[in-house]
Amino acid sequence: MTNHYTSTAKGLHWLMAILLFGLLALGFYMHDLPLSPEKLQLYSWHKWAGVSAFMLVLIRLGWRVTHIPPALPANMPKLMQLAAHAGHLALYGLMLAIPLSGWLMSSAKGFQTVWFGILPIPDLLDKNKELGNLLQTVHQGLNLIFVATLLGHIGAALKHHFIDKDDILTRILPRHSKEN
Amino acid sequence: MKRIALAFALATAFSAQAVEYTQVQPDKSAINFVYKQMNVAVDGKFKRFSSQLSFDPAKPTAAKASFDVELASVDTGAQEGDDEVAGKPWFNTKAFPTAKFVSTGVKALGGNKYEVTGQLNIKGKTQDVVVPATFTAQGSNGIFEGSFTIRRADFSIGEGSWAKFDIVANDVLIKFRITAISK
Ligand code: HEM
Repeated sequence: MTNHYTSTAKGLHWLMAILLFGLLALGFYMHDLPLSPEKLQLYSWHKWAGVSAFMLVLIRLGWRVTHIPPALPANMPKLMQLAAHAGHLALYGLMLAIPLSGWLMSSAKGFQTVWFGILPIPDLLDKNKELGNLLQTVHQGLNLIFVATLLGHIGAALKHHFIDKDDILTRILPRHSKEN
Repeated sequence: MKRIALAFALATAFSAQAVEYTQVQPDKSAINFVYKQMNVAVDGKFKRFSSQLSFDPAKPTAAKASFDVELASVDTGAQEGDDEVAGKPWFNTKAFPTAKFVSTGVKALGGNKYEVTGQLNIKGKTQDVVVPATFTAQGSNGIFEGSFTIRRADFSIGEGSWAKFDIVANDVLIKFRITAISK
């Protein structure tokens, strides 16, 4: 019997997982580079990928509100179920707030985002150095919280798989033919 | 003989009365620039510059202007950018602290439009530039506005790894708005 997510949900989940890990790694890496043409190039790529992630999360939320995800195992304690829902809510919130803060930061710093060098994203804020620096701190802080939340997310998935031995991890993975 | 002397005296009296804009108001003046970073326009400004100006709308061709821009006062919008641009590959402000513009001629193009030719010296290199400008009188204020494009490579601004134009374009638009009062 199928307790799996739909292939749309799986596709979005893993596409975003790759994109977000890339964005996190690139973000922390580029931040410490000395100013160079390469750094400016990486900043642009980061911003393009970040805007793409923002659009993907909107699509993903569209899926989420129109589908009921597979239920959690009935034997899972109520408190754990609550923690799982709260964790997922936090992940969605961060996936929205992080790119938004990046976009606002870029506006305030006076560096407009032009998606893939083609589509200009409107600047929502006027140039303002103090606000720009504040938003940079916000972007950084949210990312640190995101990393911590992701570690919890991955840790929980592995615990379900190896300790609880339930289907929580496999139902988001691509199907193996023998499982069906 | 007396009449000639009188006429002469009147003439000088008149010319002394002609409005000549000479006192630049730094707080009402600005020099900005716009360049493209990966095709995206980014602007900045110079916070400190001094200038000498004399402009009489009745005798535009006699007008003179010179500017000294303190390059270390550059504001790129980011501290990291300000530090970088002051350094050796860009302005090298230690060796070349100021950029200088000196006008060599002014042409009236009709209406409130003028064309100023002059020499621009940055980082030890001098180029002839042609600057279209407009003049507007507002009470005792005279406002000069205009813009012109320079190529940073002509002045070796951005050397080494910055010398290519794929990330930071060659063209830089310089925009100015200078307010001067008449004496
Ligand atoms: C989900 C999407 C995103 C993730 C996971 C992400 C992640 C990160 C991380 C980890 C950093 C390094 C933080 C630090 O140490 O300062 C960073 C920096 C940065 N991000 Fe993002 N980001 C995302 C979206 C965006 C977007 C959409 C933009 C702009 C349109 C953006 C613009 C920036 C900029 C400009 C920096 C550099 C800040 C600086 O050091 O000056 N980010 N990002």
